[in-house]
Amino acid sequence: MSMPAMKAEMSAVVTPPAATAAPVVTMTPKRTPRAETYARMAKETAARVVPPLIVIALLLVVWELICRRAGSSLPPPSKVFKDTRELILDPFFDHGGIDKGLFWHLSASLQRVAYGFSLAAVAGIALGTLVGQSVWAMRGLDPLFQVLRTIPPLAWLPLSLAAFRDGQPSAIFVIFITSVWPIIINTAVGIRNIPQDYRNVAAVVQLNPLEFFTKIMIPAAAPYMFTGLRIGIGLSWLAIVAAEMLIGGVGIGFFIWDAWNSSHISEIILALFYVGIIGFVLDRLIAGLGKVVTRGTAAN
Amino acid sequence: MQAYLKLDHIDKVFTRGNATTEVLKDINLTIEKGEYVSIIGHSGCGKSTLLNIVAGLTGATNGGVLLENREVNSPGPDRAVVFQNHSLLPWLTVYENVKLGVDKVFARTKSRAERDAWVMHNLSLVQMAHAKDKRPSEISGGMKQRVGIARALAMEPKVLLLDEPFGALDALTRAHLQDSAMALHQKLGNTILMITHDVDEAVLLSDRIVMMTNGPSARIGEVLEVPLARPRKRLELATNPGYLKCRQRVLEFLYERHSFVEAA
Repeated sequence: MSMPAMKAEMSAVVTPPAATAAPVVTMTPKRTPRAETYARMAKETAARVVPPLIVIALLLVVWELICRRAGSSLPPPSKVFKDTRELILDPFFDHGGIDKGLFWHLSASLQRVAYGFSLAAVAGIALGTLVGQSVWAMRGLDPLFQVLRTIPPLAWLPLSLAAFRDGQPSAIFVIFITSVWPIIINTAVGIRNIPQDYRNVAAVVQLNPLEFFTKIMIPAAAPYMFTGLRIGIGLSWLAIVAAEMLIGGVGIGFFIWDAWNSSHISEIILALFYVGIIGFVLDRLIAGLGKVVTRGTAAN
Repeated sequence: MQAYLKLDHIDKVFTRGNATTEVLKDINLTIEKGEYVSIIGHSGCGKSTLLNIVAGLTGATNGGVLLENREVNSPGPDRAVVFQNHSLLPWLTVYENVKLGVDKVFARTKSRAERDAWVMHNLSLVQMAHAKDKRPSEISGGMKQRVGIARALAMEPKVLLLDEPFGALDALTRAHLQDSAMALHQKLGNTILMITHDVDEAVLLSDRIVMMTNGPSARIGEVLEVPLARPRKRLELATNPGYLKCRQRVLEFLYERHSFVEAA
């Protein structure tokens, strides 16, 4: 369907230089490849975008067919859209209390993740460096880490509520404790894998420990650190939704729980959609950041 | 005769669990200022360990290293090393790799502008000034090694330690870099200690060749003076009787008297 349109576009691009090309010979061969490049780019984009769109459309159709019957326990997509129209169109309303638009819920959750994850990143890289650098620190701490990291995030929540006596710091603590382990472990592996050559260079140049840390360790271990950070941000996002269901207040987790209590199944589905998208964006954000920071490090 | 660098009764024993391996046994060597000395031996004879001891990267079990009559036992820029696999930091540009050492060594004695000029001066010594903003992954193996040499030279070492510096390069690049190394030695008069397993390279570049016996407990088997006038030209030497004789002596040592035995 779009093919004729594309062809028309191409010929439209190619024609003008052909008409004015007489004096400037190089113009014609320069322009044609550019039009071709656009066409190729469009084709490549289509090749990537069209298949998932088809799958999504098919799934929606199947979902619609299954859930459209009377007495179905879950709403079909058409009903979800109809029920949540207002939430989708106006995510910024604020009627006080917890009656707020989805934007506010999501931003509250993201804020908690930002605090908890930042703390985890700093602590995780510091501890990971210690454990990676010192054999004794590793012997002392590693068994502890291996046990602690298997504790499910939510199991920490009652304890942190007891300690902090408030929902907000408890949620942040849960984020922290969930995401810190992969950061520690990956950083430690990265530090341990710094080639002896780099250490020798640092020794010959006589870098002091601080210079060694900033100029050798951080860049050399950065790819590992970012692996840890990426796993960490994913886990934080997983944990925050669960934690918020329990602590209440503003936040996407509690929004879902509240929707369930009020039997607004459509709202739950919409919230899940947002949670998924944001989790995906967070992951890509850290991955992209890692790519920028570690450029040149991996290649040798 | 005043010894500039002195390796004094060095023994090295590695201990792993209950097993102890004596790698080096009673190594004595004195090197004069401005001398180019090569250490040659079969792989596994401990020559790299010896270089690491001189560099201070590994400690000697007994004995020690004296540089200008002062004992040195930790690494430092006065004994800069050119590593076999270049060891450039991949996240820094060519310029920054050289600058890393320069900034440390001349932190107080040179201004920022002087340090910058000094980095560029050393890069142009090895003909790498044009690639100053490239990263190590963007330049060839020979170029990387040139930068490695520039980095070491820029620290103005008292002794330049070369650990099989040309071993990982193809034959043509290697010859090219050997010529560069000779020219630099001629120009700057550095004291150089080089590890190699290439007989031609040792004879071509060195004033003296230290031949090591096979390990374990490797010793200095023989020291050969290379009485060839400098500057030396690769092509002319190919038929020079003095060159051929030296070459013959080293080959005999390595392949007749101390031929390589497969490590058990």
